[in-house]
Amino acid sequence: MSEVVKKFMYLNRKAPYGTIYAWESLEVVLIGAAFDQEVSLMFMDDGVFQLTKGQDTTGIGMKNFSPTYRTLGDYEVKSIYVDADSLVARGLTQDDLVQVAWEDWESGEEKENIVEVVDAARVKEIMEESDVIFSF
Amino acid sequence: MSILHTINKSPFERNSLDSCLRFATAGASVLLIEDGVYAVLKGASAEAQVKGALGNLNVYVLGPDLKARGFSEERVIEGVKVVDYAGFVDLAAESDKVQAWL
Repeated sequence: MSEVVKKFMYLNRKAPYGTIYAWESLEVVLIGAAFDQEVSLMFMDDGVFQLTKGQDTTGIGMKNFSPTYRTLGDYEVKSIYVDADSLVARGLTQDDLVQVAWEDWESGEEKENIVEVVDAARVKEIMEESDVIFSF
Repeated sequence: MSILHTINKSPFERNSLDSCLRFATAGASVLLIEDGVYAVLKGASAEAQVKGALGNLNVYVLGPDLKARGFSEERVIEGVKVVDYAGFVDLAAESDKVQAWL
């Protein structure tokens, strides 16, 4: 589509369900997939709670949108980063988070899980490398 | 007499839990709902604060909100009681008034 490929980063800092931010971010990511850019997602602060496994919203009468995260590899999302310090502060480890598989349908390259826990230094680098940052 | 305090904000993002615990009097009940439920997770940075509160307050968490966010009861700090919506109603009915820490 467009000739210039930019690095898009979606920065997620809010917990799901309590506010609409997490869902809105996910919707924009899915829509943005049509623009053929290099997309990464960053989860920090309460945003790490968006990726927890086993979410079951039947008791609160809200849509459970967490299964959608597992399909992001099919929507041009190449990398998903999680801030390590945010996990630790919340008593979480990577085992608490969903896995997201990725496959390049042109080259056939596959990755079992693109969710990567990164330290603060790496978060800074990723932000610096991004051309556009969408904040939620 | 007794007040039911509800907290619906994450302790990592807002100071609702801090303020509630500062002003709740001994014997009062504190119910964590919505994003407030993250306060009762074992191993999280709010753990010491919640454990301290258990000394003189009754602390409850709304089960459906916990489940929605992917956490089972095993992840909840010992001493915090998990209640359902009917339990929420009972707490409200038993208390003289409700103070919502938004």
